[in-house]
Amino acid sequence: MIGADLFTALPEIVLALFAMAALMVGVYGGKDKLAEPILWATAGIMVLLGLFAGSKGLEAQTAFNGMYIADAFAHFSKMIILFSAAVVLVMGQSYLAARDLLRFEYPILIALSVVGMMLMVSSGDLIALYMGLELQSLALYVVATMNRDSLRSTEAGLKYFILGALASGLLLYGASLTYGYSGTTLFAGIITTISEDGMSVGLLMGLAFMLAGLAFKVSAVPFHMWTPDVYEGAPTPVTAFFATAPKVAAMALIARVVHEAFGVVPGDWTQIIAFLAAASMFVGAIAAIGQRNIKRLMAYSSISHMGFALVGLAAGTAQGVQAMLVYMAIYVTMNIGVFAFILTMSRDGKPVTDIDSLRQYSKAEPLRALALLVLMFSLAGVPPLVGFFGKFYVLWAAVEAGMTWLAVAGVVASVIGAFYYLRIVYYMYFGEEIEPLDTVRAPVQATLLVASAAIMVLGVINLFGIEGAAALAANALVK
Amino acid sequence: MVGLEHYLTVAAALFVIGIFGIFLNRKNIIIILMSIELMLLSVNINLVAFSSFLNDLVGQVFTMFVLTVAAAEAAIGLAILVCFFRNRGTIDVEDVNVMKG
Repeated sequence: MIGADLFTALPEIVLALFAMAALMVGVYGGKDKLAEPILWATAGIMVLLGLFAGSKGLEAQTAFNGMYIADAFAHFSKMIILFSAAVVLVMGQSYLAARDLLRFEYPILIALSVVGMMLMVSSGDLIALYMGLELQSLALYVVATMNRDSLRSTEAGLKYFILGALASGLLLYGASLTYGYSGTTLFAGIITTISEDGMSVGLLMGLAFMLAGLAFKVSAVPFHMWTPDVYEGAPTPVTAFFATAPKVAAMALIARVVHEAFGVVPGDWTQIIAFLAAASMFVGAIAAIGQRNIKRLMAYSSISHMGFALVGLAAGTAQGVQAMLVYMAIYVTMNIGVFAFILTMSRDGKPVTDIDSLRQYSKAEPLRALALLVLMFSLAGVPPLVGFFGKFYVLWAAVEAGMTWLAVAGVVASVIGAFYYLRIVYYMYFGEEIEPLDTVRAPVQATLLVASAAIMVLGVINLFGIEGAAALAANALVK
Repeated sequence: MVGLEHYLTVAAALFVIGIFGIFLNRKNIIIILMSIELMLLSVNINLVAFSSFLNDLVGQVFTMFVLTVAAAEAAIGLAILVCFFRNRGTIDVEDVNVMKG
């Protein structure tokens, strides 16, 4: 029995054991001299585990009396999380090494947070959910503060910690009410109680508190205040990580909780999620207009994108979950490309994040400017790029579910949001001449930037078949 | 007779005090850390009360996990605070303002 359970949870166990072993090797081996090999080993093992998750069958398995669920939905989310975490690790390596920030703890903390995320998307129980979420968050608080001597980085870490802990408190209070009024912490038990006895006020309060806590983690409005500061203050590779894998994990966790534990009463949570979605789309689009710092701009951009992904969940259908998964995969790909570019932005060897510094960039680096142009158009949702199809799917799911007002709001918000993406393009091609950015040779980042842009163009043929996989994942979750 | 609702009321009151402690406090970040701890402990009261009321041990197991995580969280929070103090030289809430959010 226990052997079968452990085998089901093998990916998490392998990664956790690897992180502990790497910590021992780092501490007793050569400290920061070993940072680079540990980083490459971590990225390698994440890719292997991602392939392993992708090779798993469609049959859903549970372990530890239903506390751990390994179904198609978990495997799909884990693949995005593992691949994006591995790419972000490799992408940030040279940036961190050049600034003397590449400590051996960095890849280990990222690995531990990825274990937490994998546990989050596989959780079938409130305790497993909480432990996964905390493992992820505690590791991320530390990496945000990684640049110990920088006031900005420590301030970012402090703000992230306080608001993150507040979010955990809200989530936990909701979990305690849910437990008390349903008598069990298992999602399968909660949904049975609801379908037998109906939704009590206590359960409704529990659901609302849990959604508030989770909305913090995906930085949905009105729980988004930490995002711009943390994105700006944290070292850029860490920001790139924040913008990708944790968002996927938290979004998948919301889908898991609302469908697995509260799936029989969609009317109670679709309203809350629809409100979060509409508010996030608009605040993200409008507040980004005044930003001059590209990292803050990407923070508001991610708030807006989370709003669109939540539109898919607000539909409350399998089609909505499928659209959300497709949207998250596309969002992560675009963000990796944009952050690969931000990592190369420097002047006189110092990193710059001001969007004014991009003026006339197309003259110095035509290929990279073109790739960034494609990514910006794709982020804005300009057809026929892949970013447009992501938005189309979520809005279509909302229309199918009878939420036409939300889809219309999404279209309006995406038009407003297009302004600041297009401004970056405008600066690159038509801005006034200023002192140019350094022309840095950054083969890894440039390759990722161009590859990400190429995916945005070539993906229009069939989205690389991701729809089919997302549909299987969504059908595993929504019964 | 002290019933379940009394425990829930105390827990809710402590939880709200914790939230207000975070938002209304304009003095010191240590007080914020104490407020966070208060929130987590009020949740523990909730869990233990429900557990005893339902005759179900899971709630107490959950409490053990929450206590452990809260300790880890406090350790990390204090470590981050020490790093911040080294750079800024103060831990007043009003001085956490290099970036405007």
